[in-house]
Amino acid sequence: MLVDIGFWVLAVLAVASAVLVFVVDSMARATYALAVSFVAVGFALVLLQQNYVGVVTVLMMLMEMAVMAVYMVMYMGMNPALMPMSMVHGKRAALAVSGAAFVVLGAGALLVDWPVRRGVPAPDVTAALGEALMGRQMLVMVVISPVMVATIVGGVVLAAHRTRYDRFGDDLRRRPARDPQRGGVGR
Amino acid sequence: MTLETVLLVAAALFAVGLYGAISQQVVVMVMMGLEVMVNAVILAAGAMWWFLAPDPTGQVLLLVVLAAMTVEMAMGFAVATLVHRHRNSDMTDSATDLAR
Repeated sequence: MLVDIGFWVLAVLAVASAVLVFVVDSMARATYALAVSFVAVGFALVLLQQNYVGVVTVLMMLMEMAVMAVYMVMYMGMNPALMPMSMVHGKRAALAVSGAAFVVLGAGALLVDWPVRRGVPAPDVTAALGEALMGRQMLVMVVISPVMVATIVGGVVLAAHRTRYDRFGDDLRRRPARDPQRGGVGR
Repeated sequence: MTLETVLLVAAALFAVGLYGAISQQVVVMVMMGLEVMVNAVILAAGAMWWFLAPDPTGQVLLLVVLAAMTVEMAMGFAVATLVHRHRNSDMTDSATDLAR
């Protein structure tokens, strides 16, 4: 009973704050609303006995929202909390598409004849997850690791203002390097 | 709390995120829409895990979804930085073509 009440409180909180993200008129408030939505979903996962994944979701998303706030200040060039704005296009079409998506997904959730539960959860779910990650499922983490490294490299390459190709040319042979300001010894 | 109710909530979250991803003009807000959609996927996957097959493998899938979300954020911000640097704008409407 308590779990049911907790779930519904979290569910309403998650959906309402997700709606608020696109309703409030400042980006800072939108970021806070998104953070609340993520925290609600994280605690809902804890109610579903996934303590580790739930807590990781909460911690990760709070940090991500902090990063997002920094980006907003960077790009908007203003205090986002003080600048009301609404920047949308194709609002009616977007509402129609998202409404249709909800109807289709909701119908699927309610009409599909879901199978009965197979197996029972481990006594300590988090320990079982840890053992799976260090054992049978290690390949998954081994695959994710290079993807993460590629993301770091790709992110830096995309976001970098000037790279070695700007300095040394496409064949990396130009000497001296083309720098905005000459400087350094021997250039 | 049943599988159907959790999936309904996830469907609502997904629809809200889809609205944001389609309608917003600022790149960061579009990414927020995508985040809400992935949030819905996490909730739905968590419910599927608990109500259908509570095996550790399902939780590993959830971790993969979380990793995908991180990658999306990192690359999204990198592309937003690139667009902002070249076009001095953070709006999607100013980034509809690939040419400089």
